[in-house]
Amino acid sequence: MARRDNDYQRTLINYVVGFLASLALTFCAYVLVSGHILGGITLLLVIGGLALVQMLVQLLFFLHMADESRPRFRLVSFGFMAMILVIVVAGSLWIMYHLNYNMMGMSPSQKDTYMTTQKDKGF
Amino acid sequence: MWGRLSLDALPHDMITIGGVVGGGLAILAGIAALKYFKKWRWLWTNWLTSLDPKKIGVMYLVVATVMLLRGLADAGMLRAQQAVFATSDNGPISADLFQQVFSAHGTIMIFFVAMGALFGLLNLIVPLQIGARDVAFPLLNSISFWLFVAGMVLINLSLAVGEFSTAGWLAYPPLSGLQYSPGTGVDYWIWSLQIAGIGSLLSGINFLITIFTMRRPGMSLMKMPIFIWSVIGCLLLVAFAFPILTATLSMLSLDRTIGTHFFTSEMGGNPMMYVNLIWAWGHPEVYILILPAFGIFSEIVPVFSKKRLFGYTSMMLALMAITFLSFTVWLHHFFTMGSGANVNAFFGIMTMVIAIPTGVKVFNWIFTMYRGRVKFATPMLWFMGFVVTFTIGGLTGVLLAVPGIDYQVHNSLFLVAHFHNMIIGGVLFGFFAGVAYWWPKFTGFYLHEGLGKVAFWCWLIGFLVAFLPLYALGLMGAARRLDGYDASLGWQGLFIVAGVGMVIILAGVFFQIVQAGYSIWKRDELRVGSDPWDGRTLEWATSTPIAEYNFATLAPVTYRDDFWEQKHRPELKKPTALIEPIRVPKNTGIGVIVGLLAVVIGFAIIWHIWWLAIIGLVTTIVLIITATLREDTERIVSIDEIMAKEKRLRGTSA
Amino acid sequence: MSTPRLIEQKFLDYKTSSGFWLYLMTDCVLFASLFATYAVLHAAIAGGPSASDIFELPMALTETIILLTSSFTCGLALLALRHNNLKQLIVWLGVTYILGVSFLTIELSEFGSLIQAGHSWQQSAFLSAFFTLVGTHGLHITVGLLWLLVIVGVLFKRGITPKVKRQLMLFGLFWHFLDLVWIFIFTVVYLMGVAA
Repeated sequence: MARRDNDYQRTLINYVVGFLASLALTFCAYVLVSGHILGGITLLLVIGGLALVQMLVQLLFFLHMADESRPRFRLVSFGFMAMILVIVVAGSLWIMYHLNYNMMGMSPSQKDTYMTTQKDKGF
Repeated sequence: MWGRLSLDALPHDMITIGGVVGGGLAILAGIAALKYFKKWRWLWTNWLTSLDPKKIGVMYLVVATVMLLRGLADAGMLRAQQAVFATSDNGPISADLFQQVFSAHGTIMIFFVAMGALFGLLNLIVPLQIGARDVAFPLLNSISFWLFVAGMVLINLSLAVGEFSTAGWLAYPPLSGLQYSPGTGVDYWIWSLQIAGIGSLLSGINFLITIFTMRRPGMSLMKMPIFIWSVIGCLLLVAFAFPILTATLSMLSLDRTIGTHFFTSEMGGNPMMYVNLIWAWGHPEVYILILPAFGIFSEIVPVFSKKRLFGYTSMMLALMAITFLSFTVWLHHFFTMGSGANVNAFFGIMTMVIAIPTGVKVFNWIFTMYRGRVKFATPMLWFMGFVVTFTIGGLTGVLLAVPGIDYQVHNSLFLVAHFHNMIIGGVLFGFFAGVAYWWPKFTGFYLHEGLGKVAFWCWLIGFLVAFLPLYALGLMGAARRLDGYDASLGWQGLFIVAGVGMVIILAGVFFQIVQAGYSIWKRDELRVGSDPWDGRTLEWATSTPIAEYNFATLAPVTYRDDFWEQKHRPELKKPTALIEPIRVPKNTGIGVIVGLLAVVIGFAIIWHIWWLAIIGLVTTIVLIITATLREDTERIVSIDEIMAKEKRLRGTSA
Repeated sequence: MSTPRLIEQKFLDYKTSSGFWLYLMTDCVLFASLFATYAVLHAAIAGGPSASDIFELPMALTETIILLTSSFTCGLALLALRHNNLKQLIVWLGVTYILGVSFLTIELSEFGSLIQAGHSWQQSAFLSAFFTLVGTHGLHITVGLLWLLVIVGVLFKRGITPKVKRQLMLFGLFWHFLDLVWIFIFTVVYLMGVAA
């Protein structure tokens, strides 16, 4: 029974710590944006970083990822998912950015109009 | 009240009417036969409501075979049009119908033939090979199958009610948007894929968990049969690529129904984002199909060479490398869209890198055969044919991976020839080999060898005759999906040759059907024991026919090819395990009803019959809730029952 | 409960929670596709309002805090479950439910006021992506709330059974996961939208 109570205590502390840390991180990000403390790309990087830290906090304290016993199926599947996610999202953004760049910053409809006017000019 | 649905939705042209009447008569004949032989109850209790993966697997294969015939009929029409009628205007196939036919051909062959055969084989083989009694979630497995059937029903329904998509098998916007495709065709395409795709996703999760949690004691990851490794690769791709398809189809559907602007060409929409997303799913999809075929060959080659697989570890690493790399190459499907030299170069190089692990595999198979006692039975013939055709396809694939060359031959018949080379010569030959190899395990008799060999040679020769001319035509400038071309181009000769190839392939299919029928008819002469090929893996350790619980005991395994070691090394001590009562899931009709509801919901959304869609959705939710609350879902097979059954199946006691 | 039965239940727990976890991973990829689309289309405002024109950070912050708190109370409910304390369990689930409903109400009222102001998903690609990404999360929350209702119903009727225990475990995973996704919606859509 004593071990069980210990376990209970530990889990409860986990939840409380996770909750408070998440709240703090959320407020930090909020204040950074609403107070105009940082700007430009630095701000985006910092709040993105804060979101990642909060993700780690919740994975550890709410989803108890560290407590999983071997073979750590959840950790492995999460890692694989994260890898695929980064590839797909970053790859898409990279591809689409270059597409837009090569289209001279035009949207497809602008491009359509542009091509039509060029054609009318006899090109 | 009935949305867009009216009498105009019925078919108008002769070919479609013919198809509908033919299909309708076939269904009526089936119903009449069931009634005449009083087999309704048998069908319902023994098959449709069964949660036994062996039976679900067979049903998958039956559906996939029927769809193969439908897809072949489409292919026949395409070849006939291009060989005979394309140079004149008065062919029987109108331009609009031609577009529907090639869209249906691609969609059906990938989603309902290849994916169906894939999940059929998975259901049949995976639990047996890992020494398990069932899959992790039997009811979910049945639901996945019926969602697959629902998608199949919808796509065939488009023949009779409404029309099918004319936008190709991947429905690129803006052509597939509301502006250029206002009819129901693209909606049929979206919803049949969406429903079948969700089924595949659920199946993928189910089988991954099965493999991770239900292997026989002692079967560590590196002792698994290599087929299981290939399935893990395939299913990781299913689990992590299909959600992208779900999201993309949803967005396209939102564009078409509620007026969002994801992929439209006005209001800021970006059709190229669709192309990007659909291929982020589509390229892994190609490897979803081919990886299990690699696995099947890796099982067949050692058995028919009487040697252990050469380079197990390198094979497994190659499979995992392909799994990972297949997520990093999707842009090679749209080199010409204009991402620029750097992006194209990166994806071109990644594509070429995939050739390396694939080459490793081919060498491993060949080294397995080297100095083996090779027996050229039909499964092995399919393998030899595969090596030839797949290597040709691989080489043209590396050519296409060079962006500069791709600019020349993209969207041409060269590309069409390439991917048919991979999918017929790779995937389909692999599945045919698998069916020929595992057939006696599930039926207790061989497929007739002579007829099988005839079918194989028809397929191989027909394939080469049908598709090699397309490479040439592609280089000569023939675009894909042409319903007409100018006679002065001089293409017709090669198109006629390709048409002849198609006829030879059809002969191959004919012989396959004859082979199956003849073998069933003469089954007593072809009868074999439970291990006809001197197999190496656990599925051959079961009795034939296989008991519903697969294995009476779960004795631990020690070696990689444990069954083979036990057979050929008499000095080994046989591991034993106690016979215990076995829990098997009871039959349930929930899967069938879910499939039925999926058809209703899909149909209602396609035709904008909103009240019906809402009723269907609410019913589904209620059904799912009651399904999760069910008690008493299992039947216990007692020890006495097991002993009696084993005695009957094996002729000895367990 | 006899030992073999207990081992069987444990295995069933493990199998089911692993399967559900894998489903959540696939759901992450679904959200990732929507995030990628949002990121590509966020500047395609087509003459309509941009993110900084329409988003109100205090409201988004309120939503975030509510959802975070509900994730916390859901954790407390699972803790009560471990002690087989039915009363505490139902109280915490009730709090979680109320918080979930308030989150959804705020989200829907935000949607409603946007649509009333003429900024529906039809106005621009940016708004399409916004409504779909946030709406998909909201749909997940709705499903979660429905699920929670069913679980509480079963708890009242049958008490704490192994089956409902398993369901609660899965629900906990689902709810924490939705909170995780929301962190990124809050950051990428709201904070970065206003900051840029």
